This record gives sequence, C-alpha cells and structure tokens, in this order.
Amino acid sequence: MSTDVDVVIVGAGPVGLFAVFACGQLGMRAAVIDALADPGGQLTALYPEKPIYDIPGRPQVRADRLVSDLVEQAAPYRPAYLLGQEARSLSEDPCGVFSVETSKGESVRARAVVIAAGAGAFGPNRPPLKDIRDYETTSVFYHVAQRDRFSGKRLVIAGGGDSAVDWALSLAEVAQEVTVIHRRDKFRAHPANVAAMSAHPNINILTKHQLVDLKGSNGTLEGIGVGRIGGETTVLEADVLLALFGLASDISVLRDWDIAIEGKVLPVSAETCQTSRDGVFAIGDIAHYPGKLKLILTGFAEASLAAHSAHQRVFPGKAIHSEYSTTRGVPGSSENPVLQSA
Amino acid sequence: MEIIVTLADGSSRTLVAGEGLSVMEVLRDAGLIEGECNGSLACASCHVWVDEAWNESLGETSEDEEDMLDVAFNLAPTSRLSCQIFIGPATNGIRVALPKAI
Repeated sequence: MSTDVDVVIVGAGPVGLFAVFACGQLGMRAAVIDALADPGGQLTALYPEKPIYDIPGRPQVRADRLVSDLVEQAAPYRPAYLLGQEARSLSEDPCGVFSVETSKGESVRARAVVIAAGAGAFGPNRPPLKDIRDYETTSVFYHVAQRDRFSGKRLVIAGGGDSAVDWALSLAEVAQEVTVIHRRDKFRAHPANVAAMSAHPNINILTKHQLVDLKGSNGTLEGIGVGRIGGETTVLEADVLLALFGLASDISVLRDWDIAIEGKVLPVSAETCQTSRDGVFAIGDIAHYPGKLKLILTGFAEASLAAHSAHQRVFPGKAIHSEYSTTRGVPGSSENPVLQSA
Repeated sequence: MEIIVTLADGSSRTLVAGEGLSVMEVLRDAGLIEGECNGSLACASCHVWVDEAWNESLGETSEDEEDMLDVAFNLAPTSRLSCQIFIGPATNGIRVALPKAI
C-alpha cells in the first residue's frame, strides 16, 4: 500500500513526533515510520518510567508521559503512523518525489524526508557470536512467535530479565528441557516467577556464565559454548537458542540512502538541517553539526527548523506567513482560531 | 589527568582526561566507543574491562549499572560501564580495556 503525504518522518521518538507538529503548523501532513510497535523511540524502549528534568516548561516529566503528550500534540495534524516496521529504502522519482519503503512492504511518498532516527532502528540486541545470523531462521530466536516451535527441543534461554524468566516458565511446559544462562545470580524479574523457575523440574539454571559460541552447521544448532565469566568454557547440547538481551539500535540501513554518514551520525547544515542530499533532512540525536548538543530540546528546535526548510521544497515559492501558535491555533482547538487546517 | 586504554588488538593508548568527565566521555571523544545513551544507564555501549589492580579502588557497582551489564556481551570479572567511572585524583591513570570477542 502507498501513502501520500507532504513529509515522511523516519523515527517516532520525541523529536520525530514533534516534527509532525512542526510540519502541521506549516500546513504539511506527515507520515511517521518506526521499527518499534509504539511511538516514543528510546523513551519508550529504554526508559519509559524515568523522569526527565530538562524539558522547558516541564519541571519533571516521566518519559512515557512526555511521549503520550507529544502524540496528543501532533494528533490534530492527522499523521499517518507506520509502526512496527523499519524504513528500508529511499528512492526519488524524476519529479523529486521521494518514496520510502518499509520492511512490511508499505511505501510512503513525500516531497521531503526527515530522518529522526536517534541511534538507529531498534532491533534485537544480538549476541556477537560467530555465524549467528546463519541460524536465525532455524534455531536462534530473539522472541517467541510460536510456542510450538520449541516443542520437544533442548532449549537454551540466555538473559536475566522478565522475558527470560517468563518464557523459561512457559516453554518448560513444551520443551524437552530448558537451560537458562545468565551472568549473575540475580534476575531482573518478578520474585515469585524467579522462585517458580528455580523450583521447576524441567529448568536448569546456569548463572555466572555467558554465551561463547555456537556449535553446528547449515543452520542446525547442535550445541552452545558457554563460559564461566573469567573462566572455563563448556558446551551444552542444544537445539534452539532464545537470546533475550533487549533491544539495540542500528543505522546500517541508511548506508544505502545516498546521504553522507560519519560514524553513527548524519552531518547536516546547522541553518537548514539538510543532509548531504537535497530534500533529506536529519534532526535529533542522529543529526550532527559543529556545536551540536544531544538533547531532546535541541531536537525539538531542529524539528521546527527542518519543517521550515522542508516547506520550501514541499511548496516551492510559497512564502511562510510568520505567525505564532497563539494566533495560528491548531485544527479542532476550541480556544484558538483555526486559521490553517492540516 | 589521563587514562590508559587497551584496544581490542592489544595495543594501548594514553588519553588526556579532564577531571570530572566520565571515562565513557573520554573514550567516546577519542572515537573508541559509542556511549549511545550519554551516560544515563540506558545502554551498555560503554562497557569496559577495568584493570584488576584498579578495580577494587572503584567501589561497589550500583544496581542500575548491574542491570545494564546484564545486556552486555564479552563480560569479564571486572566488567563495568565506563560512564559510571569519573576522572579525579583517585582514578588518574586508570587502565581499562575495550572488551574483545571471547
């Protein structure tokens, strides 16, 4: 399916969400693509319950509350959200209209692209084991899509959080045996579930150990090398590995977008937030220029700047009537005059 | 002040370190690590191995730091997050190593 908007925003973190509003204020409708199933980026994925103290006008705000407020603030401009799918490729037709394709086969067409991708798209935090990708469709997994897949298997679960403990308990009912590998004795999980796991006859727990390597060939796992931290390595016979180490971010997909990348950031003009490619802007943590501060508030300002820059491309030659939000209002607002609809 | 870092290839570098900065900031500014969450204990991208002789002088690891070390790889007995180690008279000259594949 294809969605046509004025601006496509890559990344639904706080800065991407505010970019929806900033574009809306200038009469541009946006679509937002994010690999996560929910908006909020790092605030949702890494620290939803932590308080943030450096948002102007908000002496203290929990990260998840800031996200829900930003979603609410953007809502009058009717953004199209394409969540749970990664922006994959960028193309441009001869008329200068961009198309961004997602990992779910959706495409978004727009005259401007705003990359607000933070540290990159979130995906599984993959253990750096040799050849691990060769096993990923057959015997190494990062989440449980179907419990049946583990039926009768010798399963190793690596990780020490709630998901490791909960899945150990659940899959112990169908797997031949379950071994949980964790680096320390303490689990970051509900104590009652940890106690149930410890007492379960079909679950072995191996603490103070970590993954070392995978044994097998052609995508078929035969064993998993595990090492005592700072000590000797042994091999566990295993058919399946479930590696539960949370999320990690990755910007590698942007390498094929024909924009300059330095390390993990995109150099932009501080005046326009435009990357090395015309019509493609970058804001927030992923954007870099001399003197850059990696703060949410800097990203908010960059969102506004990029919206103004994008406007020149979306509506060439059209002047921006300068107006404050106090008089411009937002669509549907009862208190402010609605002078511009999205 | 300075820190001495051993890279994954075994070579060592001495880095000038401003008092009050974290070891993460010094390593990041030298282009050696990512320090993705900027020291907010929300990632493990600044994981280092602290030299054993220095490790005891650093004191206890906080529970938040332990939680993030749970999602780090290539751990050693002296694994720490370098964003939690600050440069000062007690840590001047500290030796750390970037984790290498095991």
